[in-house]
Amino acid sequence: MPRINSASELEKLRQEIRKKRDPKKLSIALCSGTACLASGCESVNEAFESELSKQGLEAEIALRRTGCHGFCERGPLVVIYPEEICYTQVKPEDVPEIVQSAKEKKVIERLLYVDPVTGKKVKREPDIPFYKNQQRFVFGPNRWIDPRSIEDYLYIGGYGALSKALFEMSPDQVLEEVKKADLRGRGGGGFPAGKKWEETKSAPGETKYVIVNCDEGDPGAYMDRSLMEGNPHSVLEGLVIGAYAIGSHEGFIYVRQEYPVACTNIEWAIKQAEEYGLLGENILGSGFNFRVKVHRGAGAFVSGESSALMSAIEGKVGEPKLKYIHTAISGVKDRPSNLNNVETWANVPLIINKGSEWFRSIGSEGSKGTKIFSLVGKVNNTGLVEVPMGMTLRQIIYDIGGGIPKGKKFKGVQTGGPSGGIIPEQYLDTPIDFDELVKLGSMVGSGGMVVMDEETCMVDTARYFIDFCCEESCGKCIPCREGLRVLREILTDICEGRGKDGDIEAIEEVAEVMADASLCALGKTAANPVLTTLKYFGDEYEAHIKEKRCPAKVCSNLINYYIDPDKCEACMICLRNCPSEAIQGGKGLVHWIDQEKCTKCGICYQLCPPRFGAVVKLSGETIPAPTPGKTVVRKKGG
Amino acid sequence: METAITLEIDGKEVKAKEGATILEAAKEANIEIPTLCHHDKLAPYGACRICSVEVESGGRSQVVVACGYPVGKGIKVKTRSPRIDKIRKVILELIAPMLSDGGMGAVKRLAEEYKADVSRFMPRFRATPTRCILCGQCVRYCSEVVLLNAIGFVGRGTGRRVVFFPERASGYCSTCQECFSVCPTGKIGSETTGDVFSGFSIDDYLSGKMP
Repeated sequence: MPRINSASELEKLRQEIRKKRDPKKLSIALCSGTACLASGCESVNEAFESELSKQGLEAEIALRRTGCHGFCERGPLVVIYPEEICYTQVKPEDVPEIVQSAKEKKVIERLLYVDPVTGKKVKREPDIPFYKNQQRFVFGPNRWIDPRSIEDYLYIGGYGALSKALFEMSPDQVLEEVKKADLRGRGGGGFPAGKKWEETKSAPGETKYVIVNCDEGDPGAYMDRSLMEGNPHSVLEGLVIGAYAIGSHEGFIYVRQEYPVACTNIEWAIKQAEEYGLLGENILGSGFNFRVKVHRGAGAFVSGESSALMSAIEGKVGEPKLKYIHTAISGVKDRPSNLNNVETWANVPLIINKGSEWFRSIGSEGSKGTKIFSLVGKVNNTGLVEVPMGMTLRQIIYDIGGGIPKGKKFKGVQTGGPSGGIIPEQYLDTPIDFDELVKLGSMVGSGGMVVMDEETCMVDTARYFIDFCCEESCGKCIPCREGLRVLREILTDICEGRGKDGDIEAIEEVAEVMADASLCALGKTAANPVLTTLKYFGDEYEAHIKEKRCPAKVCSNLINYYIDPDKCEACMICLRNCPSEAIQGGKGLVHWIDQEKCTKCGICYQLCPPRFGAVVKLSGETIPAPTPGKTVVRKKGG
Repeated sequence: METAITLEIDGKEVKAKEGATILEAAKEANIEIPTLCHHDKLAPYGACRICSVEVESGGRSQVVVACGYPVGKGIKVKTRSPRIDKIRKVILELIAPMLSDGGMGAVKRLAEEYKADVSRFMPRFRATPTRCILCGQCVRYCSEVVLLNAIGFVGRGTGRRVVFFPERASGYCSTCQECFSVCPTGKIGSETTGDVFSGFSIDDYLSGKMP
């Protein structure tokens, strides 16, 4: 490919690509995002390849492996264009039928998504309620492009924003547009990106850096990963535009090594962009130079903190630095360094293309644009969702997420990862934006959203997040390291029935000092999951400490398993499977648990047929005395 | 002092060189700010946070560490306040269990001054008291002053600890031993005799049997 030397050459190439492609042509998109890879899309791909070659249809039907579409719950996903027919949970053996029906313009009813609310089958991908209630400006293109193909990206208008910025706008105008758009950082605190750019731009020094933060590490969050894997050129284009606005000629893309596809795809994208003259010397013949290097991070949550990330780029241990000067002014090698997260960068081409007015028309008063959330946990439709800022938690969890599985009750939603908090039911109608969630003691963070149902113990959940930070803190400063250690010990004691008076006060005091005195934001926010659960679920802490009772019946030291003699049908399933031989009784004899022998593994609870429901969990109640020798009265004449 | 900056510490007008830290300015003015990880010969590190002070600047008050915060014109520093005293008290209580087997001397005087109950979290403490508060003075001294990098940190979070790097330690440490005297809890000196290095295997170093 000869390099492109001007804006008109870029447009000419785009027209050529468009001319070559018939939008009405039959094509098959196979989602190959991380979740679909895990659910077996690799073998589905092999089946498609062999089927198309067997039928000699390679030229007739284009097979495209795309990045993540978002509806991960139902993967592997296959979409047939141009009708956009969506098949879910596709297996290799479905492939010949799919190819055949696509040729004959027929639809395979059994592979369609069934809307659990209406019971109706949904044919087209955009009509699935999960997608219908979203606005997917940043994440949407994932489903049309092969991340390894720059032609696919050019086809949908890619690098048009870069060309516009370079030839129709001055760097100051680009900066002004981003500032006017009020784009706030998507990685954590929501700091205005334009303000940060300006700080780096006006900082003294010739050499300035721009950096992409792809160190995403919140439990359950994978939106940055999926964007980097599925549409790396959009991140790259945003970065080059930012570099042009700031006056930077060198950049870094920090990707954690545990994201191998993201690493490979962004490296691939850089190579292609260089070949096409969209990166490197004299970009598009504009005279602007910009080079970028990928830095593979060794996998540390704390490296997402700006000064730690920059230490890592310098080749040092990824630990936050003691500095009272913004990294925007003194970052990598003490030079002005502007760091934004993956999603923030990917928003930049949109703002330049469509203008700040358009961007400001989406979202809430204080938070403009859309946000990608990773909706996981106890929710029917897990996956990645992109919604305008200001949508309520209820809309996301119920309208898009389809509510809580198995008719269970919603209990709380954890937003913002280990730095965020858990929001209870009474705030489900809170509009999600940067400022509203902070008011509730949580934060948008990078967009993790873990839904919890009534079977979740909030003390245990708080302990989980504290445990996570005990491992993931760098361990440098005392308030964070030792504060976390003490919180973990206290929470463990409470969960195991050793909680005592004064524990809550101790937690609050340690949390306050951590927030006040820790070196970096990790330590300052690490106690948030504990503080929010104390605030909203204080009665659960009280029950654990005072009554030695776990209301959600999760903490194993505080519960007992018990077989209801009136419900037991003596089916022998639990008795045979109990690993500690704690279940007594026999054929025709009601089973009962020898509490002395029981290790509370819960296997009996899981195996008891739901139609009996004889095994129950008790907490804080007296266990009724067993009735050895009781015979079963069969209820259904058996 | 040509480019002197005037600031206020505990209500007292203080002059300091541009680029100096609050800790240095306070020292000049004979105002004591406690430290656990600071060493005059080493770059500010900010790990113990015991030197936290309140700084008011431009109408905004925030907690910063004196060892790293540069003096600024007109800033007002409070080295004692209920908020600061609470930070210091809790930090001392948090670190004390690590010293329950020795080395408490480093925090004893401060604990009295800040009414810290050093045994507060001890009953809950499940880790082995290491006698090390991870102030990093040994590590930084070896790196910044002696320039040998024979000792360093491994692990992170609550698993962070100091180890000698065997390849380098075996070559230098028995004759140098300068880190012995910078260790505020006396851990290195008490557990390490000059000839101990040759007797340990790499596994001992990495497993933490070696100090």
